Amino acid sequence: MTRLIHWLLLVVALISVGLSIAIYKHRVLGYPLQSEHIEPTWIVQARIQITPGSGPIKASLKLPTTTPGMGQLRENFISRGYGLTIQETGPAREAVWTVRRATQRQSLYYQAVFYRDAINQRFLPRPGFPEVPSLEEPFQTAMLATVEEVRRQSADIATFTTSLLTRINSTAPTEELALFLNSPDYRGQRVKIAQEILAGARIPSVQVNGFYLADASRTQPVRWLAVHNQREWLFFDPATGQMGLPENFLVWWVGAEPPIDVEGATLVDLVWSIRRNELAALDLAEQRSAAHATWLAPFSLFNLPVQAQSVYAVLMLVPVGAFIMILMRNVVGMPSFGTFMPVLIALAFRETGLLAGLVMFTIVVAVGLSLRFYLARLHLLLVPRLTAVLIIVVFLMVLLSLASHSLGWEVGLSVGLFPMVILAMIIERMSIVWEERGPSEALKEGLGSAVIAALAFSVMTLALVQHMAFVFPELMLVMLGLTILMGRYSGYRLSELLRFRVLARKSR
Amino acid sequence: MIRLYRELKKRGVLGLNARNARYIMPRNPRRYYPLVDNKILCKRRLVEHAVAVPELLGEVGSQYEAGHLANKLADLDEFVIKPASGSGGDGILVATGRYEDKVWHGSGGRLLALSDIEYHVSGILTGMYSLGGQIDTAMIESLVHTDQRFRQLAPEGVPDIRVILYRGIPVMAMTRLPTRRSSGKANLHQGAIGAGIDLVTGLTLRAVMSSRQVDLHPDTRHSVVDFQIPDWETLLTIATRCFEAIPLGYMGIDLVIDQDHGPLVLEMNARPGLAIQIANDDGLGCRLAAVDRLDNPESRSAQERLKIGLELARDDWGRK
Ligand SMILES: Nc1ncnc2c1ncn2[C@@H]1O[C@H](COP(=O)(O)OP(=O)(O)O)[C@@H](O)[C@H]1O
Ligand SMILES: [Mg+2]
Repeated sequence: MTRLIHWLLLVVALISVGLSIAIYKHRVLGYPLQSEHIEPTWIVQARIQITPGSGPIKASLKLPTTTPGMGQLRENFISRGYGLTIQETGPAREAVWTVRRATQRQSLYYQAVFYRDAINQRFLPRPGFPEVPSLEEPFQTAMLATVEEVRRQSADIATFTTSLLTRINSTAPTEELALFLNSPDYRGQRVKIAQEILAGARIPSVQVNGFYLADASRTQPVRWLAVHNQREWLFFDPATGQMGLPENFLVWWVGAEPPIDVEGATLVDLVWSIRRNELAALDLAEQRSAAHATWLAPFSLFNLPVQAQSVYAVLMLVPVGAFIMILMRNVVGMPSFGTFMPVLIALAFRETGLLAGLVMFTIVVAVGLSLRFYLARLHLLLVPRLTAVLIIVVFLMVLLSLASHSLGWEVGLSVGLFPMVILAMIIERMSIVWEERGPSEALKEGLGSAVIAALAFSVMTLALVQHMAFVFPELMLVMLGLTILMGRYSGYRLSELLRFRVLARKSR
Repeated sequence: MIRLYRELKKRGVLGLNARNARYIMPRNPRRYYPLVDNKILCKRRLVEHAVAVPELLGEVGSQYEAGHLANKLADLDEFVIKPASGSGGDGILVATGRYEDKVWHGSGGRLLALSDIEYHVSGILTGMYSLGGQIDTAMIESLVHTDQRFRQLAPEGVPDIRVILYRGIPVMAMTRLPTRRSSGKANLHQGAIGAGIDLVTGLTLRAVMSSRQVDLHPDTRHSVVDFQIPDWETLLTIATRCFEAIPLGYMGIDLVIDQDHGPLVLEMNARPGLAIQIANDDGLGCRLAAVDRLDNPESRSAQERLKIGLELARDDWGRK
């Protein structure tokens, strides 16, 4: 009983660990389930042009930090001759370029690569309640009146904000709001007006500045409004009052201040440009997991040199083939030579293709077998005889390659990839079975081996299987779990249903 | 398909997976395997426990000896050579009489020259017939002459009787009759006939050949059903006593009946095949389950175990 529990626990543990790692990699790190999957990425660039004054220059640029819905891959700073420091104050981050003196007009660049990441919803920490602002009259009265009015017609903070923004954007605003809209201090600054009134209702809010990600050689930051409802941050489009960040919106910096601050020089131009880039989802996931230094990163097979990668791409398929072998033998009950021989043949089929592989396999085995029968008459000892068969197999493979090459049938060349020792063993074993149990048994086992090999081949060459085996090597734990599960399968094999069916027919 | 599966389950038919997982693995300690897998060791062990076996005439353990068999075979007119670790009837060579110096009559009217025998033996030694191809020993055994009463049923070759012993209790039996197709060997997959035996009476129940039901022996047209196995009581007693020699929980005992020496144990199997169920038209599963309901049957004496087995058989294994 304890053995049974132990077994079950082990199976469950292996399968769940393997699956959870795989699911984590897929969901959080974005490893794709299909190899051709393409993900867009965006390179956002800020170019700062300054004309130096006479003294030292200091230019600071706000950098993206919390980007809900987006993830950052890497960033570059290009600024020849400038000293660069990155200042972090709370959640905000600034690049500060400094130089003692400069003469010509200068360009500073900042570049960062972003990808869509729905899981990442991190934003600012929970803010405190703002004080009710004290404005000059008549603004104070107008604000309080608007708060009263909007509050009367809204249920919660989200509807309050939406309703407020709709009023601000209305073609016929209320008298109070018109006061704000027409004053020189607030004109055209919908976010600022909204923030004053939200503060009047003691609702915390911030201005959010960012970009709609789309190809653009010159674009301007867009303002959004973020409001905290004591549970989470809600984002509003100040132009429509609609809630929710669009999928392709990148939050760059927070607050009403401009993103750039230059001392000791004149800012000539600040150009934002966005370029969309397609990246295979797999590469993206790799770069992400490297960029974020996840604990899984060192375990990726992509860390290996390319040549070793291609070796492992094949090796990782062996457990899959072996598992099919288990199914065919213990569940189906198909006879075969050797335990893993069909899997090795299936691996060889990868190089030759299925049909050509089967044809060549049959030719080599058939010719080898007939020569083996001839050798039997000479009464050779086992090891010399096996070696003789091996040499014959190699010779046959050479002949086959030469013949097919001269016929222009280039697949024939790949016969050299057959595991020849295995072929020699098959021939030896088959000839013994042939002599001892008759040709039908030998052919049955030979055919069984070929069928299993063909099946293992078909599964192992599925693009999905290859991709999963290589990208999610942890699925091997799942294979191990399933294998251990199968290890205690004590039901009938399909072939036994056939074998014992006479027993089922009449019940006594 | 699923109905068939359920039907078999209901009749208690044992499959290979279940046999291995539920009976062989838990009940057969590995340390006894060498004793049954090597027929020489097995024979020695049985002799120590006073169980009658065919006489061992010689062993061949080296290639040198294999090339110089003339001496060993000089005085033998008839003998059997087999691999000590063979199975399934593979690699068994039977010499039934001398034809001339250094030439013997083989099975099926073939002549065996000394050089043929030497080649065969050296093949055995290299592990051609052993599990996993390990180096093996060849054994020379005296030829069994089947009891007269039994011979009418199987004129060619030596028929044997297989008894399945579970925890020391006989649970199922069959006789295997060689045919011309099985070239004198009593192994079912080589084309021999298998006939189930009623444990209580020793009468054959029904017979199958290559999984097909047969009533007549194909070579003699003699009925193979309702035949009284000679010396049935003694056969069962001997088989049951084998458990004292090698206490494997689940095993098959192969016996033959010699015209001069009576019942002899030919070999023991730690992984007996399942075709016996077809020959008996019954599943092993319920019989094994009936034994498992007993309290520590292993501790009983051979006599008691046999009695328990027969009682269970009379009760139709608790199904009545
Ligand atoms: N000494 C013998 N005399 C006559 N026939 C034998 C002898 N030994 C084996 N045989 C024949 O060969 C068959 C298989 O022999 P066995 O010892 O059971 O080997 P295996 O383990 O290969 O089944 C027997 O059923 C019997 O027909
Ligand atoms: Mg046997």
